[in-house]
Amino acid sequence: MTTASGRPELEPSRLLPRDILAVGSVGLRTRKLRAALSAVGIAIGIASMVAVLGISSSSQAALLDQIDALGTNLLTVEPGQSFIGGGTSTLPGASTARVRTIDGVQGSAALYAAPDASVRRSEFVDASQTSGITVYGSDLSLPGALSATLQSGTFLTDATAQFPTVVLGSIAARRLGITDLDARPQVWIGDRYYAVSGVLAPVTLDSSLDRAALIGLEEVKAHWDADTTPAKIYLRTDEEQFDRVRAIVGAATNPEHPEEVSVSRPSDVLQAKAAAEGAFTSLLLGLGAVALLVGGVGIANVMVISVIERRSEIGLRRALGATRRHITSQFLTESLLLSAMGGVAGALLGAVVTVAYSVAQGLQTVVPLEAVVGGILAALIIGAVAGLYPSMRAAKLSPTEALRTV
Amino acid sequence: MSLRLSNVVKEYPGGVKALAGVDLEVADGELLAIVGPSGSGKTTMLQIMGTLDRPSSGEVWVDGWDAAQATDDELSALRARRIGFVFQQFYLLDGVSAVDNVAGGLLYSGLKLEVRRSRAREALEQVSMGHRLGHQPSQLSGGEKQRIAIARALVGEPAIVFADEPTGALDSKTGASIVDLLRELNAAGTTIVVITHDVELAASFPRRVSVRDGAIIGDERLDLRLVTT
Repeated sequence: MTTASGRPELEPSRLLPRDILAVGSVGLRTRKLRAALSAVGIAIGIASMVAVLGISSSSQAALLDQIDALGTNLLTVEPGQSFIGGGTSTLPGASTARVRTIDGVQGSAALYAAPDASVRRSEFVDASQTSGITVYGSDLSLPGALSATLQSGTFLTDATAQFPTVVLGSIAARRLGITDLDARPQVWIGDRYYAVSGVLAPVTLDSSLDRAALIGLEEVKAHWDADTTPAKIYLRTDEEQFDRVRAIVGAATNPEHPEEVSVSRPSDVLQAKAAAEGAFTSLLLGLGAVALLVGGVGIANVMVISVIERRSEIGLRRALGATRRHITSQFLTESLLLSAMGGVAGALLGAVVTVAYSVAQGLQTVVPLEAVVGGILAALIIGAVAGLYPSMRAAKLSPTEALRTV
Repeated sequence: MSLRLSNVVKEYPGGVKALAGVDLEVADGELLAIVGPSGSGKTTMLQIMGTLDRPSSGEVWVDGWDAAQATDDELSALRARRIGFVFQQFYLLDGVSAVDNVAGGLLYSGLKLEVRRSRAREALEQVSMGHRLGHQPSQLSGGEKQRIAIARALVGEPAIVFADEPTGALDSKTGASIVDLLRELNAAGTTIVVITHDVELAASFPRRVSVRDGAIIGDERLDLRLVTT
């Protein structure tokens, strides 16, 4: 700007950062209800996203804890498909002894099938009523190998395995109506009664055992004259040697047909479950994002109305020396404050929902920090985008147009 | 020289000529009324003099600064530091105390809040509103609101104050007290330009510039010493 007398430059208009905040919050302070309502949209979006992430993290944490506790070093060896006969193959009778000699195997347990054996509550129940329960002869080391615990009673021991004694899986016990071991219940297997000595708690690493009845190996040999080929072998390996053991266990079990041996890692199933929950989380997150978007449109709407309503205030501020940038920053600040309010309230609400859910479900509470920070950040970005057009529109108003009385 | 307009023309899109070559000079410390009926172009004149709008052609010098050539930011700076406005509708912010409304006049000067508030208190004392510092506009009468608005225009110690129909929304008695206040402030050294359609009100000012159809048709100076003797 030039002057007639060549005086020093006129100092430009200046708005202190602290004043930007004060000016940007005038609209919110004088229209509290509207501000609160328009922040609610953002709050709902952020709350749902934080809660979804929090709840899934909490339940995944529980699942991962379980995996950690149960260990990932368990292998299950089962008969696979027979390529020659077309049917199911069998594991050689000596395979249990052979796998035990593999370097790196720390423990093992085998199950032996009792063919066509059915379990019934008493001899008077029809033989076709199997209740879907499978009977196995079991090694005594089974609970240790599978990290399985008993819901009640005791597992088979050296002594009880010699006699007609059975341990039931949790579902099997329920199906047979056995709840109280003090009553010394008995079940009918094959052609005799077996005393129920214990009931297993649900076995996470192999849920098929929940529907099994386990008796002593000698019992199977004696009464089903089976050729005692193992139906399943569980192996605990040294953590470091797991991959090596996994690679050679097929050949060790059945040297003639290693391809007919199926080897699996039960903890893979749990990990797949955790991954599946993650996929579901993505879907819910998408829904939260839609809510957030709708909240953002709500803020943009309120800001446009606010600019129209406060035309004369904009004109006054320009007359008092505000530049276009000052007007832009005022309305942008207002929009950012609105969305920040929504974001913080939403993050808090989401955290509360997560805590409530995990306490109710007995899970360990995990509120992921990145979800909270990310949620508030997302709210701010939405606020900036939503406020951009209205605030630029406010700045574009010429002072005379803004001051014109309607 | 507080203000100089030289051959100022303002044409709106559509060919309406609001100002058809206006020349005007206002010296430091003057108090004058620009008077004319509605549609005469006096509001356009105020907007151009107050740098709220630009002329289509001609020169505008405010407090020695070339307003016709300045950028938008430079005009804002000029308004923030050298020009004060008083409006018919007061334009006070609702829900904001008198002292903060007045301090708002210094908002874009970059001064700290404490400094702005202490100067606002002084300005309110100057317009006899020292007893209403904490009141909000809704708790004040029209005359009191206009005093607050005048304090806001004065607080930055501008080179020139433009008052657009300052008594237009007030009853005649209150209006007269506002005119008295403007006269007092002028006596204390402030250059004041009042825009009004009220010929009677204009008659009480030492200088009257009459406007009609976008041109100045009269510029009378009244020698107040003659009147008072």
